Amino acid sequence: MRLLKKDQINQVTLRFSSRSANEGFARAAAAAFIAQLDPTMEQVYDIKTAVSEAVTNAIVHGYRDTLGPITMTVRLYAPASVEIIVRDEGCGMENVAKAREPMFTTGGSDRSGMGFTIMESFMDGLRVRSSPGRGTTVTMQKVLQARAQV
Amino acid sequence: MTMQYQAREGCLQVCLEGELGHHEAIHLMSQLSALVEDHLPGQLILNLEGLDFMDSSGIAVVVQTARKCAGYGGRLSVVHTPQQAKKVFDAAGLDRLVDIC
Ligand SMILES: Nc1ncnc2c1ncn2[C@@H]1O[C@H](COP(=O)(O)OP(=O)(O)O)[C@@H](O)[C@H]1O
Ligand SMILES: [Mg+2]
Repeated sequence: MRLLKKDQINQVTLRFSSRSANEGFARAAAAAFIAQLDPTMEQVYDIKTAVSEAVTNAIVHGYRDTLGPITMTVRLYAPASVEIIVRDEGCGMENVAKAREPMFTTGGSDRSGMGFTIMESFMDGLRVRSSPGRGTTVTMQKVLQARAQV
Repeated sequence: MTMQYQAREGCLQVCLEGELGHHEAIHLMSQLSALVEDHLPGQLILNLEGLDFMDSSGIAVVVQTARKCAGYGGRLSVVHTPQQAKKVFDAAGLDRLVDIC
């Protein structure tokens, strides 16, 4: 999915440390910012869920045994689309395609391996770029309203 | 997130309130695990009515707890699941493993 720069109407970037207490903060912040586009309740929940998955991954996997910075950028596009970019500078992944498979996890029994599957099905676009030792960038997009028919 | 429980005649009812993400799940899982060990319930009912938000961390909590119950010959049912949490469970096809309504 491609959103055009000329249609961008607003943007915010947050930088926070990879503490699990910030998971709730990141979901709430994203939800508050997209309120400008007047989304439905279900769309707000979809976005909160996807943000929660991406940020949790940065905390749990990216910075497994350390603390580091996470940046989340939320961009709003006319007439009503949103793009969310979650970036960490953690351990990265060798094989992104494998990591995206349902049920795949390198975590313990407290993980389900469903994070990427949920991001994919709750959003309209998901791109994952990662390099081992350097970090991971997850870009997600969602259309909140069908374009008006002209 | 807060948890309340009530035990009666082999049935343990647990009510969750608030948000359930990874931050909350770690603590909740050990609490549930301890409850199951203490009460060895024939039936554990997990009431999600008060849940405002849940992500895939909730899937792991339910799967783990269902396993723990089954290990002691008990059974887990998840009831009053809000729409948002239902959508997360559905994405994982969890209703094939656990009773969810
Ligand atoms: N930001 C990240 N940095 C490093 N590895 C990651 C990151 N996000 C995901 N992964 C890898 O992808 C796997 C699958 O992620 P996910 O689908 O969210 O499932 P889970 O988090 O339950 O393991 C993780 O177990 C991990 O190995
Ligand atoms: Mg995950």
